[in-house]
Amino acid sequence: MTEGIPVLTVLSGMCLLGGGLLVILGSFGLVRLPDFYSRTHAGGITDTLGATLVLVGLAFQAPDWISLVKLLMIMVFLFFTSPTSSHALVRAAFTMGLRPRLDNQDFDEQLLDGEAENQSHS
Amino acid sequence: MQQMYLILLAAICIAIVFSLVRALLGPSVFDRILAANSFGTKTVLLISVIGFLTGRPDFLDLALIYALINFVGVVAVLKFARYGTLAVSGNASDGSVEQ
Repeated sequence: MTEGIPVLTVLSGMCLLGGGLLVILGSFGLVRLPDFYSRTHAGGITDTLGATLVLVGLAFQAPDWISLVKLLMIMVFLFFTSPTSSHALVRAAFTMGLRPRLDNQDFDEQLLDGEAENQSHS
Repeated sequence: MQQMYLILLAAICIAIVFSLVRALLGPSVFDRILAANSFGTKTVLLISVIGFLTGRPDFLDLALIYALINFVGVVAVLKFARYGTLAVSGNASDGSVEQ
């Protein structure tokens, strides 16, 4: 059954299937998770491993060198910018007063105390 | 291989619907920005897969430009959500604003 199918095609198909699964799971978490900070985690799954797996799977099928180089450029760019934008997003949300949903209220008060110290420094 | 690309296109479209739902429901503005960021990443993947599906790898240039615009756009929208205008030079570490 699998004779005649090139190894690169099998590898590429596995990477594409895994990437598509991770993209769907990350988006499902984006809808289902209860809190903004946990939703950031779900978005990070899509941005890092899902996108990288899909692009690697496409790179196995690249027809020439220039598209391989372009795929690598997209991969490197997403690898560096998606943690940066996630960090900026969470930092902006926290400094603008969005609190994470916590079970332990003492820890919430500790967070508020830490923010009060930050504001007294500035 | 064409069937694999079509399956991947369907998966990315379902994921885009999910992130649109979050962008419409989002209780805070940051949820909407996060959903828009995730939407942009999926747009990059969608354009790349369409380029390979139709046998035109030139579409990768468009995907690269979308990745660049997505990052700059998220940072700009964050700055707009924080200061209300883009015409300030603010220091985000201590929240001070220089007019």
